[in-house]
Amino acid sequence: MNRRIPRGLLALLLFPLPACASLGGDVTTVQADQVKMQGSLRTTSNNSYTLHEIQTSAGVAVKEYVSTSGKVFAVTWQGPFHPDLRQLLGTYFDAFTQAEQAQRAQRRGRGPVQIQQPGLVVQVAGHMRAFLGKAYVPQMLPAGVRAEDIR
Amino acid sequence: MKPARLQRLLGLSLAAALAATAGCSGGSSGITTGGGGSGSTTTNMQAFTVNTGPAAASPYVNGAFTSVTVCAPGSTTNCQTIGGILLDTGSSGLRILSSALTISPTQQTRGNGVLIAECLPFVDGFTWGPVQTVDMTIAGEQAKSLPIQVINGSFSTIPNSCSSNGAPENDLSSLGANGILGIGSFPEDCGGGCTESGAGNPGLYYACTGANCEVTTESLSSQLQNPIILFPTDNNGVIFQLDSVSGAQTSVSGSLIFGIGTQSNNGLGSATVYGLDPELGNFTTMFNGQTYSDLAFLDTGSNAIYFLGSNTVNIPTCTDVTFWYCPTTTQNLTATNQAFDGGASGPVDFVVGNADTLTTNENDAAVNGLAGPSSEPSMFAFDWGLPFFFGRKVYTSIEGQNTPAGTGPYVAY
Repeated sequence: MNRRIPRGLLALLLFPLPACASLGGDVTTVQADQVKMQGSLRTTSNNSYTLHEIQTSAGVAVKEYVSTSGKVFAVTWQGPFHPDLRQLLGTYFDAFTQAEQAQRAQRRGRGPVQIQQPGLVVQVAGHMRAFLGKAYVPQMLPAGVRAEDIR
Repeated sequence: MKPARLQRLLGLSLAAALAATAGCSGGSSGITTGGGGSGSTTTNMQAFTVNTGPAAASPYVNGAFTSVTVCAPGSTTNCQTIGGILLDTGSSGLRILSSALTISPTQQTRGNGVLIAECLPFVDGFTWGPVQTVDMTIAGEQAKSLPIQVINGSFSTIPNSCSSNGAPENDLSSLGANGILGIGSFPEDCGGGCTESGAGNPGLYYACTGANCEVTTESLSSQLQNPIILFPTDNNGVIFQLDSVSGAQTSVSGSLIFGIGTQSNNGLGSATVYGLDPELGNFTTMFNGQTYSDLAFLDTGSNAIYFLGSNTVNIPTCTDVTFWYCPTTTQNLTATNQAFDGGASGPVDFVVGNADTLTTNENDAAVNGLAGPSSEPSMFAFDWGLPFFFGRKVYTSIEGQNTPAGTGPYVAY
């Protein structure tokens, strides 16, 4: 049986809308993430932020939270693989990778990622074929938006 | 509804409507197997030990290690037994550090001079290296012509699309093992996505010419296989049996028993069967009145029980590390596991101790009570790592394989 998604066909359902930037970046910069991930996009807004949801062709659901000032303050992902984290985390990618390596050594074993730095929170959980991830910059959360709102 | 679920439903309905034109490749692994009780007498038991592993500079805590014998395909003399191989029910496929290999396996190629390599995303990074073929033996079981990943960060050039997965785990200190034996719920590591060309391909397999590697398609049978499905018998799953542990000890012994209901020593007995989501390999855990649907899994490759988060369970993390819990007194907790389809369920008692205290002595490799947060708030997971397995006999059946309790994937204990 085939339990994969007919991805080329999902593309027919796209709404071609303005896309997002990387964590900490500016929403008006590029449609880089959507283009890079070759995904579809859905956008919803409330008073505090705009949520851009990208469904990548490889089956990963990516969400980017953009403040009313146009900055990406949080991203999440869920799917059988990681999305392109260099693209998604932008200037935070190197700090993420270094923290991940440091934590791997401290943990003396394998397990989910739990980075809690003053300027960066990243959590990655799951296993082969089923990953969950979340990253945000605490200082950039708009007033009234709590960490638990990022899901 | 979770995006993944919505996506699956969309996928199913679209697939049904469009299968005739979608050019979908089949999902069969090409491996078929009979049911249980064949009366095989193959030696199907392999001992393992929870110890500090082969990386002396970074002693492992809660890792289950064993050895495998690998031979060049078809050879009985060009062989090597490699210890320090981490047992991982959270992945599928055999991966061995290049630095630990002395034999020369057969490189998987695609035409002249084009070498196949793989980038495998783990939760905390990735492994990179060429795909090569060996005959693997463990206990009396043999997986012939088994594609493995030879982990080697110096092979060709790691593509940006690979290193974008996070931290590299391509050497002994970062891997913590000479290799990883993935004996999880899936018959191959990537699955259907890697057989597709274009944007749907997640980019795990690469075709490399010199220093240049490009994402390529890889058939299901050429992908890294769960070695168990290549065994002639006892190929429908595995039992992971481990002695109990109280607090922290230097080591503990266990047995891997291959096959489920195929021999006199691997029947299900009174074990409860928990069916898994065939796509994600997850089941459901309920805790403190909340249901974490399709977000729980058993994983010998996780070195603690990683669940929920500090605010949710009201247990502080340690002051020095954010990834373990440090309650002032040991917490005896109970959760309920439930099959993905909502069928079988049963309670699980588990312990959360003070990780700082439990890991004071780095020679203590087997630590019950080691636990930490998974993810919170809002994106929860219940990662039942190695401490779950202490004092248990846990069955892992493989997707699509027949067993006396039905077709995998499921776990049972």
